[in-house]
Amino acid sequence: MKKHLDTPGIKAIGAVALAFLFAGFWIDDPYIKQIFINVTIWAMMGVAWNVFSGYTGLVSFGHAAFFGLGVYTVVILALEYDVTPWIGMPLGILAGVIAGALIGLPTFRLRGVYFALAMLAYPLTLLYIFEWLGYQEPTIPMKREDSWMFMQFENDFFMLVIGAVLMSVAVWISSRIHASRFGLSLSALKQNELAAEGVGIDTKAWKLRAIMVSGGIAGAAGGFYAIVFLVATPNSAFGMLSSAQAMIVALFGGVSTVWGPVVGSMMLIPLSELFEATIGHYLLGTRGILLGVAIVVMMLYAQDGLFPKLREWLLRGRDEVTKPSSVDAPPAMADQAPRVIGSDVVLKVSGLSKSFGGLKAVSDVSFEVRQGEVLGIIGPNGAGKTTMFNLLNGFIRADAGRVEYGNQNLVGMAPNRVCALGVGRTFQVVRPFPRMSVLHNVVVGAYVRESDDNAAFEAARQALARVGMQAYEDVLAGGLNSLELRLMEIARVLAGQPKLLLLDETLAGLGGEEVEVVLGVISRLASEGQTIVIIEHTMQAMVRLVDRFVVLDHGTVLASGKPEEVTKNPLVVEAYLGKKWMENAQH
Amino acid sequence: MIGAIYGLMCVGLAMIFGLMRVINFAQGEFFMLGMYGTFYLVTWLGIGGLLGPAVAAVIASVAVYALGALIHRGLLSKATGIAVAGTEGDGHYPQLILTLGVSLVVANGALMIFGNMPTVIKSEFSSSAWTLGPYGGDDGMMLFINEARGAAVMMSVLVTLAVYYFISRTTLGKTLRAAADNPEAATYMGIDVQRSHRISFAVGAAITAVAGGLVATYYPFQPYVGLEFVVIMYAGVVLGGLGSIMGAFWGGLIIGVVQQMSTLVLPMQLQNGMIFVLFLAVILFRPQGLFGKNVERA
Repeated sequence: MKKHLDTPGIKAIGAVALAFLFAGFWIDDPYIKQIFINVTIWAMMGVAWNVFSGYTGLVSFGHAAFFGLGVYTVVILALEYDVTPWIGMPLGILAGVIAGALIGLPTFRLRGVYFALAMLAYPLTLLYIFEWLGYQEPTIPMKREDSWMFMQFENDFFMLVIGAVLMSVAVWISSRIHASRFGLSLSALKQNELAAEGVGIDTKAWKLRAIMVSGGIAGAAGGFYAIVFLVATPNSAFGMLSSAQAMIVALFGGVSTVWGPVVGSMMLIPLSELFEATIGHYLLGTRGILLGVAIVVMMLYAQDGLFPKLREWLLRGRDEVTKPSSVDAPPAMADQAPRVIGSDVVLKVSGLSKSFGGLKAVSDVSFEVRQGEVLGIIGPNGAGKTTMFNLLNGFIRADAGRVEYGNQNLVGMAPNRVCALGVGRTFQVVRPFPRMSVLHNVVVGAYVRESDDNAAFEAARQALARVGMQAYEDVLAGGLNSLELRLMEIARVLAGQPKLLLLDETLAGLGGEEVEVVLGVISRLASEGQTIVIIEHTMQAMVRLVDRFVVLDHGTVLASGKPEEVTKNPLVVEAYLGKKWMENAQH
Repeated sequence: MIGAIYGLMCVGLAMIFGLMRVINFAQGEFFMLGMYGTFYLVTWLGIGGLLGPAVAAVIASVAVYALGALIHRGLLSKATGIAVAGTEGDGHYPQLILTLGVSLVVANGALMIFGNMPTVIKSEFSSSAWTLGPYGGDDGMMLFINEARGAAVMMSVLVTLAVYYFISRTTLGKTLRAAADNPEAATYMGIDVQRSHRISFAVGAAITAVAGGLVATYYPFQPYVGLEFVVIMYAGVVLGGLGSIMGAFWGGLIIGVVQQMSTLVLPMQLQNGMIFVLFLAVILFRPQGLFGKNVERA
């Protein structure tokens, strides 16, 4: 039941399509049959919108661009080149896919409202271009003699069959995306793009794939629209209403659910059509008012849309997850093997510099990390520690210097590439994917290493066990406390099996006992041979953990060496406690 | 010339979209209501004279102010500001849907009440012009300025300056900005955020309505006219830089000028397309706008 609702397979989708066709079969009224056909068109558009905007969180006002290209591809090919829609339709889909890529590539640099508004401009530009080209109202010529060849059926029912098939394929694609690495990656980048990129998700590539799939589905909807109505006008194809209607059915039915857009279309399209047919004749604008009121009421009483409400009602009583009472971290220092520090240099940083405006955040920093060691980077607040990590993993591009890892220079590489090479990191302020389960959070981190989905889940479970969170699999990350979040983030990066682990103030904001738990986990990892670089600004906890310190102050290396040397270094003490304290201490 | 009125229209949206970051689809409908309000005031009450439509537009905007406040109180306040801070997409989805719903209801309601016949406000000044010049001798350049438009432009500049003064100098204006910028922090400072948002929203709606009334003096309109202008408004606000009131004015001005200029070199159909191309160019290469100061970082 739950699976059919969340990620339906072929059987569940087929059953719904057959029921839909069965209802359509008994209807003689051509007008009502037309409504059924319209439902499939707008369900497809809703699915298309949802696959991109619902799953990635990038709101698009421009799906009319893909829809319109589908419409015009079919119509123009039939009109000018006598090409049958059987061929025109796939080409319409192709047009949608290509348009998706062309629009996505430059536009993904934008975020939030900027992205939404840029998307608004594409279909409107196309609208005027097609008007200018003189395609005000091209029609598909009638072909009475070979109607099958040109999809001009005597019986509307065949049209409905095609619509239902196309709709089912769209839903199936959406369902496959939802259940797979594709969907989880999109969901991760929607909830925290930086974190997704940081744990090795190629966010740009996934977004591009999403908009191409989405463009293709919208192109199919457009192509089908052309076959049904036989005519294209710039306004019906590229107008605001096409974009808006796709968005409305998806949001009304339920964003980022597989069935949502279909439910939305099945509810809203007949409702508005029936009103238009009855009262609409006497009073202009009834349909618009009804649609408006319907969606406003829906938003006030069920903000997530209709389908999630239905789902909740159907599954009431099940699906409850209780949070375990505490973390089951492996014992701290007990059965530890001594660390083996090799002579191989894993990471060699030389002359690394970065300034923001006039501020030199990191200036001429050099150090090495050896195989198997735990290196602590310490320094007071504002010393440039986190900037340093951002430079290492590619969030920020260095002004000068090299970061050599193996035989590669990491400077200028995209964060997901750096992660794929084996440099994993956590964040100073925890960056979970809050509306995903703990297991799914960690699986996202495993994708970078495992190309097989089952192997990724296996790696994620192992990683959770290594930090003692195995009992938390199904808990939503949004409900975790700070300790649990920290551990989950470590598990997420461990799932990618990094050669080098960068931990950014993992102890920040934790209480005394919690610090011990995390320290235990980290030192255990170290004893298993994991190379670790850890940032902290408090020294006490670190002295017990690290093999070597690098002390940063004002963006430069102040000192480096073994803990006992560094803590006695007068420069370090001064940076931490101030000159005054130094002077007093000498007396 | 149209530029200045576009500028005013964008200032209205800047109050809502620029300051509050609420994507308001219904803005075009406020614009349309301003047009009809002005139309009925001018024809029924017979407010005449050169400044008649301009005065009527301001009066009409008061009604739109009330409507805006009502819409915010009844609907939008449930999906903006504090109510949604930190939820999925910071409440963008419900906002989109709500304002889209309001826009549909208002536009179609207007269709029911006003009918779908295109209307225009006629006054004796619509067809007369001030003549400037001739410059450079007797057969030099002459400049004709349509009097109705001239009055509309002056009114636009006046209202924009008033808004600018209100937002940047008065205590209430500062309160509004604070509430829009960071609702949570503003609450801790003892600001009634809901009330502030309501005022911002209503003022934004009213300003756009004034612009609508002014445009109505030379542009034929019907209930769906809002859709034609709403995109131009967003283009202007983004062009000027989000969050900047004066920026929005200049953004609208530039769009008006570009639209006029493009008639000289481009075929009619591509004229409006030109606006979007310009808009895309700005948003892709300079998303902080021409006058905006800060960009949102990742």
